[in-house]
Amino acid sequence: MDGAHDMGGLQGFGPVQPELNEPVFHSEWERRMLALTLAMGKPGQWNIDMGRFARENRSPRDYLNKTYYEIWLAGLEQLMAERGLVSLDEIETGKVKLPRKDVPVLKAGEVDAMLRRGGPSARETSEPARFAIGDRVRARVMAPMSHTRLPRYVRGHVGTIELLHGAHVFPDSNAMGKGEAPQWLYTVTFDGHELWGDDGDPSVMISVDAWDSYLEPA
Amino acid sequence: MEAMTEHHHHHDHDHSELSETELRVRALESILVEKGYVDPAALDELIQTYETKVGPRNGARVIARAWSDPAYHARLMADATPAIAELGYGGRQGEHIVAVANTPELHNMVVCTLCSCYPWSVLGLPPVWYKAAPYRSKAVRDPRGVLDDFGVALPKDAKIKVWDSTAEIRYLVVPMRPAGTEGWSEEQLADLVTRDSMIGTGLAKQPVEAA
Repeated sequence: MDGAHDMGGLQGFGPVQPELNEPVFHSEWERRMLALTLAMGKPGQWNIDMGRFARENRSPRDYLNKTYYEIWLAGLEQLMAERGLVSLDEIETGKVKLPRKDVPVLKAGEVDAMLRRGGPSARETSEPARFAIGDRVRARVMAPMSHTRLPRYVRGHVGTIELLHGAHVFPDSNAMGKGEAPQWLYTVTFDGHELWGDDGDPSVMISVDAWDSYLEPA
Repeated sequence: MEAMTEHHHHHDHDHSELSETELRVRALESILVEKGYVDPAALDELIQTYETKVGPRNGARVIARAWSDPAYHARLMADATPAIAELGYGGRQGEHIVAVANTPELHNMVVCTLCSCYPWSVLGLPPVWYKAAPYRSKAVRDPRGVLDDFGVALPKDAKIKVWDSTAEIRYLVVPMRPAGTEGWSEEQLADLVTRDSMIGTGLAKQPVEAA
């Protein structure tokens, strides 16, 4: 979806403001929020792409007014409510109302193994790659209401295939519960002039990682 | 509540609305514990992992090894994920890593314009600025301006390559080894490798800056 999360190239946000000796978390609730989000991945009721869509699928006003971990909170609440794990009413009243679902729970002692396993997105494929390094490709013009990982600022622009990554889970499908549908993944590189015209810096190259169906020969 | 567009983190003086979020997260945790969906001890282990074990020191060791050992450097550049696993790092948000090396002619910078993708296994959790609108919007359009925000000046003729992490590939910048570090141990070299130098918003420290 063309939401406020798709920020590449927007102007007016002001300078980047690094924080000297920044702590990992800025408050206790941020600590808890990170841990709750990671722990609630264990029941397997949603995948990473559904998680991203739950965070970005909100009004630009809401997205921009929330801090990072507030977006995580809103996303987690929505994912749990949709699946009947925890309702908003339960959070607001502090009282258990929905019956417990029988789902796997992350136990102490299992954390290290879970983090080490991670969640690789590469998948075997027998399909040959459609593009080779050096091929010129155009990022398709598209504007789906659903989740996609092709940012607006490259759509319609021509770039060059720089890397091939094999087949990876396709987020546009996976986020909607339509299966992993793996596709070839490429790094496609654009130059600053192609993306931003005369206002761009021609000595800058910008790449995105793009799945096969985001691209067409140019 | 502070907007991510204007401020980058909470301050302790945000009493009213900060406590609203705080209370809600507490209520959420209580419900989850009561329903048996989370184990509080596991939550503590998760927090401890990212506060004490998984952080940019991991990446600094990788870079120091690459600076010290040409064969390791070659393995890192050819296929970073197994090369990084040689040092014991991998897993969540580091499943598929590509290392990109800076040269006098080319400077690399990593961003995630769509969310906050970041190589956790080698850098830990991302800093607030990396997840906030100013960096995510500006890095792909004006990376020289971003470097300026960080007080970093590159030679005028150096090109910049910005890697927008739109998939599950995570990018690790290999900064240039500072001059005057011949014969340094890997442990000494790792002290020169800052987090920002591995994102591409900084350079490795010079020997005189080493603590």
